[in-house]
Amino acid sequence: MTKQVKQLDRVIIRFAGDSGDGMQLTGDRFTQETASFGNDLSTLPNFPAEIRAPAGTLPGVSSFQVHFADHDILTPGDSPDVLVAMNPAALKANLDDIKKGATVIVDSHDFTTRNLNRAGYADNPLDTDVLDEYAVHAFDLTGMTVEAVKEFGLSRKDAGRAKNMFSLGLLSWMYGRPTEPTIAFLERRFAKVADIRDANVTAFKAGWNFGETTEAFVVQYEIKPAPMDAGTYRNITGNLALAYGLIAGSTQSGLSLFLGSYPITPASDILHELSKHKRFGVTTFQAEDEIAGVGAALGAAFGGALGVTTTSGPGIALKSETIGLAIMMELPLLVIDVQRGGPSTGLPTKTEQADLLQAMFGRNGEAPLPVVAPQSPADCFDTAVEAVRIAVTYRTPVILLSDGNLANGSEPWQIPQVTDLPRIDPAFATEPNHTVTSGSTGEETAEFWPYLRDEETLARPWAVPGTAGLEHRIGGLEKGAGHGNISYDPANHDLMVRTRQAKIDGIARSLPPLQVDDPSGKARVLVLGWGSTYGPIGAAIRQVRNAGLYVAQTHLRHLNPFPRDLGEVLKRYDAVMVPEMNLGQLSMLLRARYLVDVVGYNHVRGLPLRAAELADAITHLVESTTSSSVEVAGIDHEEAVR
Amino acid sequence: MTQRTDLPFPGVPDGLSGVPATEEPQNRKEFTSDQEVRWCPGCGDYAVLAAVQGFLPGLGLKRENIVFVSGIGCSSRFPYYLDTFGMHSIHGRAPAIATGLATSRGDLSVWVVTGDGDALSIGGNHLIHALRRNVNMTILLFNNRIYGLTKGQYSPTSELGKVTKSTPMGSLDNPFNPVSLALGAEGTFVARTIDSDRKHLTSVLSAAAAHRGTALVEIYQNCPIFNDGAFDAIKDPETKQDAIIPLVHGERIRFGAEASLGVVRDHATGELSVVDVADVGEDQLLVHDAHASDPTTAFALSRLTGSGYLNQAPIGIFRQVEQATYDDLAREQINTAQGGAGMTAGALAGLLNSGDTWTVV
Repeated sequence: MTKQVKQLDRVIIRFAGDSGDGMQLTGDRFTQETASFGNDLSTLPNFPAEIRAPAGTLPGVSSFQVHFADHDILTPGDSPDVLVAMNPAALKANLDDIKKGATVIVDSHDFTTRNLNRAGYADNPLDTDVLDEYAVHAFDLTGMTVEAVKEFGLSRKDAGRAKNMFSLGLLSWMYGRPTEPTIAFLERRFAKVADIRDANVTAFKAGWNFGETTEAFVVQYEIKPAPMDAGTYRNITGNLALAYGLIAGSTQSGLSLFLGSYPITPASDILHELSKHKRFGVTTFQAEDEIAGVGAALGAAFGGALGVTTTSGPGIALKSETIGLAIMMELPLLVIDVQRGGPSTGLPTKTEQADLLQAMFGRNGEAPLPVVAPQSPADCFDTAVEAVRIAVTYRTPVILLSDGNLANGSEPWQIPQVTDLPRIDPAFATEPNHTVTSGSTGEETAEFWPYLRDEETLARPWAVPGTAGLEHRIGGLEKGAGHGNISYDPANHDLMVRTRQAKIDGIARSLPPLQVDDPSGKARVLVLGWGSTYGPIGAAIRQVRNAGLYVAQTHLRHLNPFPRDLGEVLKRYDAVMVPEMNLGQLSMLLRARYLVDVVGYNHVRGLPLRAAELADAITHLVESTTSSSVEVAGIDHEEAVR
Repeated sequence: MTQRTDLPFPGVPDGLSGVPATEEPQNRKEFTSDQEVRWCPGCGDYAVLAAVQGFLPGLGLKRENIVFVSGIGCSSRFPYYLDTFGMHSIHGRAPAIATGLATSRGDLSVWVVTGDGDALSIGGNHLIHALRRNVNMTILLFNNRIYGLTKGQYSPTSELGKVTKSTPMGSLDNPFNPVSLALGAEGTFVARTIDSDRKHLTSVLSAAAAHRGTALVEIYQNCPIFNDGAFDAIKDPETKQDAIIPLVHGERIRFGAEASLGVVRDHATGELSVVDVADVGEDQLLVHDAHASDPTTAFALSRLTGSGYLNQAPIGIFRQVEQATYDDLAREQINTAQGGAGMTAGALAGLLNSGDTWTVV
C-alpha cells in the first residue's frame, strides 16, 4: 500500500525497555542512521546503575532518547513525541514524561499478569482508559520477531532477544531512516556467530516491512536534513570526543600520553577508548585504585609524558592529595572528572554539576589550579586540547569537568582539520639556567634551578630525567623560590603561595574575551551557564526570544581563572541568572568574586535541565526586571526551591 | 662502558639494560648533593646513604638516568641527599608514582625509598600491586619497627604489645613480616639486609639493581631515638652468630657459633625449623634455592623471623626469579601496535575521520 508522507521539522523518540533488552544499542543505531541521514540531533541515554536489575521492574528500566530535526537543535528534548515501551515497567516509568497525544508503541507480548504486577499495574493499561490521551499501537513485537527468525533454529529466548532490532526496523521505516548502516553494523558485530547475525538482520528487515504493510500506520514521516556548514561530520559522544581530544593534545605537543585510571562510571569509556590507541604511543595503566591512577600519571609526567587521569567525583576525592603534590611540584597533569550525582556513591549513572567547588577548593592549603568545562559532547574534544595547552604551558594540573550527560550523550561533530589544531610546545629545559658566583674566588658556576620562572607565564622549567646537568629533587615540601631546595622560611612561603596563585590567575591573559549573544542589543538580563547546561539554556533562550523578550546569553568554558572581562560583562546587566545542576556553586563563586547578586536556577534531579521550565524562569526574571528591579531578589528563592 | 653488574641469569636482560651507561669514571662525590643531611645522630639511615652513594657510581650508569622516588617518613628524605633526579612525594604513594615513571621511561633506573609505615601501612596497597605487576624498580624498605617522624608511635612491624606514645598499655595488632608479605604478593626479588653490615648491604643492593622487575629489599635499620636496640640481637657480636640465618643461593643453610645450627624441612608438613646440626647430620640441612619458581620454601624461610623482639632472622636473598615485567610488556604492546614504525603524519586525521562520517558540501 502507498502511505501518506507527512513532513515534520523535529521529532523526539524514546526507546525504553528492560536493562537487558538492548535499548541502548537500539537508540545508538537509530542515532547513527539519523546522523548519516544528515539531521541535526542530540541524545540522552538513561540507564540504571545495576547491570541487570530485576527483570520487569521499574528500577530496571533503561531508555535512550533521541531528538532529531531539520534545523539546529541543542538538547535531547524535554518531552518525547514517540515512546517505544518493551514492557509494562518501561511504559509506566516513562509515561509521565511524554507529550499528550504522543505515539506509544508497546510490545504487548510482555504485558502478562506477572509483568503488570511487577510494574505495579493492577489492571492492564492497554485495556483501561489510562492511555486514552495517547495514540497507542500495541503489537506482539516478540511474537513477530520469533516468527520472522524461526528459520535460524535459535531457542525461543534467543530468537525473542532480536525484538529490539524488529522495533528499530519499524521506527526506521516510520521516519525514513537509511537501513544500510545498521545492516552493515550487525554484520560486523556478529560476524563470528552467523545465526545471531542473520536473526538480527532478518528481525530488523521484518520490522521495516511490518511498518510498510501494516494498516496500523497510515503515515510515514519525513524530517529533511538540517542545513550544516560544509565539512565532514560524524556523530560523537562526549567520552569519545574527550579521548580523541587527549590523543590530539598528545600529538600536537609531541608528548606521549600516559593514562593512569581506575574504572568508575561514567568515566570508564575514556579508559576503554584510549586503550585501543596504543599506536599513538598511548599507555593505559589500570591502577589498583584511584590514588595509584593519578600517582602513576604524575610519575609519568615527571618523566616527560602527558600524564592523564580519568575519574568521577568520588575518585577526585581520593586523588586530592596527589593533585596537591602536582600543584606543589608544578608539573603538567590532566585530571578528568566526569561528574555524576553525589555525594558519596550518589547516582552513578545520572548527571550533575556538583563537583565545581570540589575542583576549585578540594585540597589542603592554598592550592589553586585551572578548571575548564566542555559545553556539549563534541566540545569535549576542543576543551581537552585546551586543557592540555594550559597544563603544559603553565606546568600545572588542570581539572576538566565533564558530566554524565555529556559523556554518554551524542551530537554531530564537524571533524576539525588537524592543521587547524594548536601546536603545544613542551619547551623542556635542556641546560642550566642560573649562574652562581663564588664569593671567595669569584668563580662562576652554571647551575640548574628548578623553580626559576618564566617571566610571562610564571611557569617553572620542566626538566626531565635523562637530561645531563639538570639533576634536581622536587617534592611536596615547600620550595625555596628559584633554587627549589626545601625552605621553611616564612617570607618565602608567603611568596610561593602568592606566586602559585598569580601563575594560575595569569592564565586569564591567554584567554579570548567572552562571547555574549544578544542579537537585539537591548537585553537587560543575562543568562550565564557552564558545562552541559549549554543545550537547555540555549533552547530556553530561543523560546524566550521567540516570545518577543530580550535576553542575553554567555557560557563559560574557563571556570578558573575566569575570563578577564567577565566582571565587566556581569555588570552590564540589571540581572544575571545562573542555571546549574547543583545548588548554586558557580553562583557562589561569581558573588564572591564580583559582588554581583546573581540569581540561581538550580535542579539536581540527575537529569539535564528542562528547557521549557527554564524558559518560564527566564521569562519571569526578564519581565520582573523590566517592570521593577525590586522584585528580582525574591526570584532567587522561588527558583531555587523548585 | 665502565664496570657493570653481572647479569643474574645468562641471557636475561638485567634490570639496568636500556639505561644509558657512561664511559666516564664516577665517584661518590658526584652522587652527593649539596644538601645538608638532617637525620638524627646515630640514625641507621646514614649507613644506608653511605652505602648507596658508594655503590651507585659502580653501576656505570649516566647519573641523569637514575631517579629516586620516596614517600613520607624519615627514610623518605633520602632523595634530597643524592645528586640524581629525585622526587620526595606523599605518604605511601611512591610505588605508584614510580610505576608510572618506569612504565613510561624504559631508559631510567628507578628506585623507591620507603619505610615500614610508608610502605606497609598507608601505602600497603601500592606495594603489593607493584610487586604483583613486577614493574622494573628497586624498593628499599627501611624497617625500624617504629614511627620516627611523627615521634614514636608503633608501626605495622612493631612487635605485639609494644608500648609507645599511642599505645601506653601495649599495641594490640600483629605485625607484618615484610618479607612474608612481599613473597605472598609473589615478588620476584625479595631480600633482607642490615644497615650496619655495609658489605652485605652493598652485595644485596647490587643484586637488586641487576634484577629486572620489582626488587624489594628490607633493610633492618636502627632508630636510636624511638626504638633503639630493636636489632641488637643480630648486631651484637656476642649474639649475632646465633641470630642471623644467612641465606646463600646453592648452599646449605647453616649458622651459629661453630656453625652448629641449621635449617631442616619437616617432610610431613613442609615447615622449616632450626635444629642442632649434630642431631640431624649435615646432609639433612636445607639447600637454599633462591631461584625456585614456587615461593613456598622462601615463604617458609621468612617465617623463621622472630615476630616479637627480634631474636633471629634470615638475612640475604630469599627469592630471585625471572619473570616478564609489566613495563617491558606495556612498551612491547605499543611497539606492536605501531608496527615498529613511528606515527605517520595523517594518523590523527585518520582517527578523527574513522567511523560513520558524512560530508556536507
